[in-house]
Amino acid sequence: MNKVYDNKAWWLILPMLVLVAFSAIIPLMTVVNYSVQDVFDANTRFFTGTEWFAQMLNDPTLQAALLRQFAFSMTVLAIEVPLGIGIALIMPKKGWQASVVLILVTLPLLIPWNVVGSIWQIFTRGDIGLMGWGLRELGYGYNITRSTVDAWGTIILMDVWHWTPLIALLCYSGLRSIPEAYYQAARIDRASKWSVFRYIQLPKLTNVLVIGVLLRFMHSFMIYAEPFVLTGGGPGSSTTFLSQSLTTMAIGQQDLGPSAAFSLIYFLIILLVSWVFYTAIMNMQKEKQEEGI
Amino acid sequence: MTDSMPHTPTAVRQRAAAADASRRRKSRSAPLRWRPKMLMGLYLLFVLLPIYWLLNMSFQSNTEILGGLTLWPKDFTFEHYGKIFTTSTWYMGYLNSIAYVVMNMFISILVALPAAYAFSRYKFIGDKHLFFWLLTNLMAPPAVFLLPYFQLYYTVGLFDTHIAVALAHCLFNIPLAIWILEGFMSGVPKEIDETAFIDGYSFPKFFIKIFIPMISSGIGVTLFFLFMFSWVELLLASTLTSTGAQPIASVMTSTSTASGIDWGTLAAAGVLTILPGILVVYFVRNHIAKGFALGRT
Amino acid sequence: MEWMVWTVPTTIFFSTIAAMLAGMTMWEVVSPTVERKGFLPISTTRGDRLFIGLLSAGYIHLLVVGFTPLSIWLALGASVLWLLILMRWG
Repeated sequence: MNKVYDNKAWWLILPMLVLVAFSAIIPLMTVVNYSVQDVFDANTRFFTGTEWFAQMLNDPTLQAALLRQFAFSMTVLAIEVPLGIGIALIMPKKGWQASVVLILVTLPLLIPWNVVGSIWQIFTRGDIGLMGWGLRELGYGYNITRSTVDAWGTIILMDVWHWTPLIALLCYSGLRSIPEAYYQAARIDRASKWSVFRYIQLPKLTNVLVIGVLLRFMHSFMIYAEPFVLTGGGPGSSTTFLSQSLTTMAIGQQDLGPSAAFSLIYFLIILLVSWVFYTAIMNMQKEKQEEGI
Repeated sequence: MTDSMPHTPTAVRQRAAAADASRRRKSRSAPLRWRPKMLMGLYLLFVLLPIYWLLNMSFQSNTEILGGLTLWPKDFTFEHYGKIFTTSTWYMGYLNSIAYVVMNMFISILVALPAAYAFSRYKFIGDKHLFFWLLTNLMAPPAVFLLPYFQLYYTVGLFDTHIAVALAHCLFNIPLAIWILEGFMSGVPKEIDETAFIDGYSFPKFFIKIFIPMISSGIGVTLFFLFMFSWVELLLASTLTSTGAQPIASVMTSTSTASGIDWGTLAAAGVLTILPGILVVYFVRNHIAKGFALGRT
Repeated sequence: MEWMVWTVPTTIFFSTIAAMLAGMTMWEVVSPTVERKGFLPISTTRGDRLFIGLLSAGYIHLLVVGFTPLSIWLALGASVLWLLILMRWG
C-alpha cells in the first residue's frame, strides 16, 4: 500500500505513546538510575559508577544462567519449529473437525503460565502423576528433583507442549492463504509431496515463521513461571534461567543496584536480537512488495 | 466446458493428468491416507493428557489422590470446586483477574485502534523507529521492569489496585494490539477511506461508522490476544498486588507453598483458569488462524 | 521524582539522548533522509545508523567495563568515533 506522508498522524499515535511511555520509559530510566548507585532508600544512596556492571558481567552464576538460557532457547526452537510445521500440515482444513482441532490445539496457549507449571508438576510427580508414575513402572528412575537430565527433559517437554501450538497456528494460517489453484497445478505436474512442500508451502510459510521464531525466541528468553513452579530452578541451579536469577536478586534479596545493572545487560541482548529479526522481517516485506508489483 | 471433448494438445494432456491424479488418489493405500489422522490423534493425545490428569485430580478427594494412582475418579466429588466457590480468597482471585484483564483489554484497544490506523495509512517522521520501539516493549522481559514498577505504582498510590496491573500489562499488550490491527487494517483498500472523505464524512465519523465495522473480525481476534496475554501473565500481576487485587495465579502459588499441598483444590483452581480461555477462543475460532499471523497472510 | 533516584551522570545521559532525538527530528524536517547503502550490509536511513551506533556503543561500553581494566572514557571516545564513522559512511 502506498502510504501518504503526513506528520499529523502523530496525533493518532499520541494517546498510545503517553500510556506506553508511562509503563516503559519512566521505569527504564529508573533502572538506569539504580544501576549506577547503591540504593538503600531514596535519601541514602551512593554513586558507584560502573562497578555493578563489572561485577555482574563477571559473575559466574549469571554467566552460567545466560549460557543455560541460550541452550534452552535454541533447543526449544529446534524442536518446536519443525514440529509446529508438521502439525500445521496435518491439521484438518474443513468441517467440524477443523474447528475442534483448532480449539484443542490452542488450549495450552490459554492456560496461565504458572498453571502450566502446576499441571506438569502434578503430571510428572512420581507418586501421583501419570507420567512420573508411568516412567517408574517402566523401570526408569525418573526424578526431577534429583536428576538434572530429568529436570531439563521435563522442562523442554513442557515448553514443547505449551508453545508448539503457536508455531502450528501461525503455519496453519500461512497454509490456508495458499490458493487451491496452486495445488491443482502441482497435481497436474505430478509433483511429489516433498516438492509441493518445498516449492509451494514453505515459501508461503517463511513470513509467518520469522514472526513465530521471533516470538518463540523472546518468550523462551523470558521464561519464568513454568520452571519456577515445576522445579524451582533445581536441582541445584541447573534449571535456573535468566528471569528467575533476576527476580530472585531483585525481589528476594532487594539488591537494587546489581539487579538493575543485570536488567540492562539482559535488555541490551534482547534489543540486539529483536533488531536483527525486525530488520529481517522488514526486508522480507519490502522484497515481497517489489515482487508483487 | 468440462464434459466437452478437449481440442488442444495442452487440454488433452491436462485432462489425462487430472484423471491420472484422481486414480492415484483413489488407489492410494488405506494406511497412507490414515497416517495424518493418526499422527494428529497422537499429538492431540499429548496435548490433552496433562489436562485430563488435572481434571481427573480435581474430582478426586485428597485421600484418593494420595492413596494411590487411579486413572479416573473412583469416588467422584465436587468438594474442591465447592471450596473455591465458597472461600473468598479463591473466588476473589478470579474476579480480580477478570477485572484487570477486562480493564486492560478496554484501554489497549482504545488507544491501539487510532495508532494502528496511523501506522497502516501514513508515513511520518520516525514511524519505523517508533514501531520498532513498540516491538521491543513486547519483547522486554517483565522481570526487567519489576522493581521500578513496584516503586512507580507505590508512589502514585496505585499499588494493589486492578488498574495498576491493567496499566502494567499495557506495556506488552498495546504493542501487540497495534501489530495485529495494523496487519488487518492494511488489508482494507485505501479507496474506502478516500470515498468516505469525498462523501463528506469527518474522520471520527468515518472511523466509527465505516472503518471499525469493516475490521470487526480483526478487532475480535485482537481482543482475544489481549485477553490471552493478560490472563496468562503472572510476574507483574503478583508483584503489583498484595491482598486487595490479588490475581488467581498468585493465590494458587501462595497456597501451594503452605504446609502439605492441597492437590485437589490446586487442580480444581487450575481447571477453572482454563475455562475462560476456552470460552473466548470459541467465539473467534474462525478468525484465529489469521490473527496468529498478525493479519498478515 | 524523588523515587527515581536521579544522579548527575544519568541526567546528562538521558538529556543527550533526548537532544539527539530532537536534533534528528529537526534535521529530518529541514532535509529529509534518503535511504542509502554504505559499508553496512543493509541499506539504512540516518535514524537507522544512529540506532545501530547507539546499540553498538552500549556493547562497547559493556565490553570495556566488564572485561578490561581500561577507563570508561576510552569506551566513550571510541563509541563517539564509531558513531561518527557510521553516520558518515555507514
